Amino acid sequence: MAVVTYRDALNQALREEMERDERVFLMGEEVAVYQGAYKVSKGLLQEFGDRRVIDTPITELGFAGVGVGAAMVGLRPVVEFMTWNFAVLALDQVVNSAAKMLYMSGGQFPIPIVFRGPSGAALQLAAQHSQAWESWLMHIPGLKVVTPGTPADAKGLLKSAVRDGNPVLVLEGEMLYNTRGEVPEGEHVVPIGVAELKREGEHCSLITNGKMVLVALQAADQLAKEGIRIDVVDLRTVRPMDVAAITASVRKTNRAVVLEEGWEVCGIGAQVVDYVQRECFDDLDAPVLRVHQVDTPMPYAKNLERAAKPDAAKTIAAIKRVLYLDS
Amino acid sequence: MTRTRSAGPAPQALAPQAPPAAAAATNGAPAGGPSGDRGLHRHLLREMLLQRRFEERCAEAYALGKIGGFCHLYIGQEGTGTGAISVLRDDDYVITTYRDHAQAIARGIPPRAVMAELFGKATGCSHGKGGSMHLFSRERNFLGGHGIVAGNIPIATGVAFAIKYRGGDQVCLCFFGEAAVNNGAFHEALNMAGLWRLPVIYIIENNRYGMGTALERASAINDIAERARAYNMPRSVVDGQDVLTVRAVVGEAVERARREQLPTLIEARTYRFMGHSMSDAVSGTYRSKAELEEHLKRDPIALLRARMHERGEITDEEVAQLDAEVRAVCEDAWQFADSSPEPTLDALTSDVTAETESTAGAPIAAARS
Ligand SMILES: Cc1ncc(C[n+]2csc(CCOP(=O)(O)OP(=O)(O)O)c2C)c(N)n1
Ligand SMILES: [Mg+2]
Repeated sequence: MAVVTYRDALNQALREEMERDERVFLMGEEVAVYQGAYKVSKGLLQEFGDRRVIDTPITELGFAGVGVGAAMVGLRPVVEFMTWNFAVLALDQVVNSAAKMLYMSGGQFPIPIVFRGPSGAALQLAAQHSQAWESWLMHIPGLKVVTPGTPADAKGLLKSAVRDGNPVLVLEGEMLYNTRGEVPEGEHVVPIGVAELKREGEHCSLITNGKMVLVALQAADQLAKEGIRIDVVDLRTVRPMDVAAITASVRKTNRAVVLEEGWEVCGIGAQVVDYVQRECFDDLDAPVLRVHQVDTPMPYAKNLERAAKPDAAKTIAAIKRVLYLDS
Repeated sequence: MTRTRSAGPAPQALAPQAPPAAAAATNGAPAGGPSGDRGLHRHLLREMLLQRRFEERCAEAYALGKIGGFCHLYIGQEGTGTGAISVLRDDDYVITTYRDHAQAIARGIPPRAVMAELFGKATGCSHGKGGSMHLFSRERNFLGGHGIVAGNIPIATGVAFAIKYRGGDQVCLCFFGEAAVNNGAFHEALNMAGLWRLPVIYIIENNRYGMGTALERASAINDIAERARAYNMPRSVVDGQDVLTVRAVVGEAVERARREQLPTLIEARTYRFMGHSMSDAVSGTYRSKAELEEHLKRDPIALLRARMHERGEITDEEVAQLDAEVRAVCEDAWQFADSSPEPTLDALTSDVTAETESTAGAPIAAARS
């Protein structure tokens, strides 16, 4: 299998889906001539022309709505947000139009659209450019939210997103674009709503998603050296969430830690913990703990930023606590 | 996803003297021209009368608690929607705001299906899940009433984008109030439509107020059609109370959109005769009774009727007969809505997400629609 970057995996998915389906087009800021702010759309303008690869003005609300309108009458737009931080300006169209159109029309108008772009913190980009948006977006019925953590999942989930009949939000990771991994060539589709056990163990379940998958695997590697073997459950999709995968793992290990990139309050972990307490109450040998960003805007200074973010050390500490190995 | 609705005949089926071919081509309005004028005028008069009587019944139903939530009446503004929609083909698109009952009917959604939606019934045009502000019909390319001010404007722009993408010659007609032009979505959308030359006609229904805020208290310029200049877009101002002028002006814009794929911004000057919704006084707070009375003299229905009288196109008896006819249609719609079943409880959780079509690897062309 070819080893490719997360960026190129996304690029492959876009190219293959545009080749396959003429209704698919890509729209967003700097996606065409500039080849993408993060080069995800590299070469697509040259291959598909400016009818299908469209540079927009800096007008997130406007072009998100253009995408919704085009989807409403049968096209399959892929709308790129330069980052999800800027997509906040477009949330009216994502939440009030795309997510609700099918329902409020009594089933007459599905909105098959992909909104995608990087989410979460990179390095020292400070408060306005370093936010993980999953928990905001997964709150909304009518949306699907996927957060690929590896190149193979990036390709497979993006292809599924394009083919889905609903608004699918793809939250990529700025820090993931250069990561490498094996990616099947050609048709490789990862189903939406299905988690994957990225590491198998027995002592604790570490439930995570997106960029934190890499952090989780680091933590698992280090713990393995101490003889602690954990399950790493990569949710991959946060809405709809694969509850069965979570409960299967927790029933086996009897302990769980949830690791997410964003803030604690109403975060992904809050939802996971709720499923766990409901479904696995009698299986638990310890309270479920959460690892997340500290409850502040993201600071700029290197040391403060490091302190704010969840990382492998914090994750390991949490796992040791639920194993009662921390005293 | 599309379901068939059990509903009464489309209004155009009842349109008097509408030649079938013309009816199919132009949303129920017979073609104009010297010999066709009388038929066209009668058709437009009947449409407006139907909408008026229908919404009078809405007010009654609201008072009885049969219609819930917000309910925004179009009474006084019928000339704009009716004239504009009358020039469309069946394969064109219409998208509008929460003030959508009359336009839905003008577009050919059966009054039964509209009333049933307002009553929250399974037979409604949105199966009881949209209500007054969210009337939809895939069959009639009616892309909804939308409840977020200006939210429908970028969507209309996307519909026009899709038309152009496929190389079609349809157009999208987009209605919104004058207060929406101060919202960023309006500017973002019009900029793209001007930049990309999209076949969309934006119709500002300037009824002078956004709820209780007069245009002059919200907009830095009063001639709001001038905003089109910023987006390199043709513009017109039209008397929205004169259905025939609206028809002519929108007709020109539609032709321009079909042939040259150019957008147009039209400001229709109109007035709503009722409150903003059902909860506010018709006059006395933000507008005076005297002002209202002045505007009531320019009722779009009375204006057309007077003109037809003058030209000998209709008699008082014929008007009375038309009125009786549309009242019967409204009564039928009411009875239908009232006796229709509520949605079954499984409707609560259906249509949240759509079934995904086959993901098999076959190539798919963006067929012209
Ligand atoms: C974004 C947004 N803000 C506020 C409202 C509440 N609201 C509903 S209608 C309305 C006035 C709109 O006036 P206008 O656009 O002139 O349309 P009209 O009601 O006169 O037809 C307001 C403020 C809303 N629905 N959406
Ligand atoms: Mg107004």
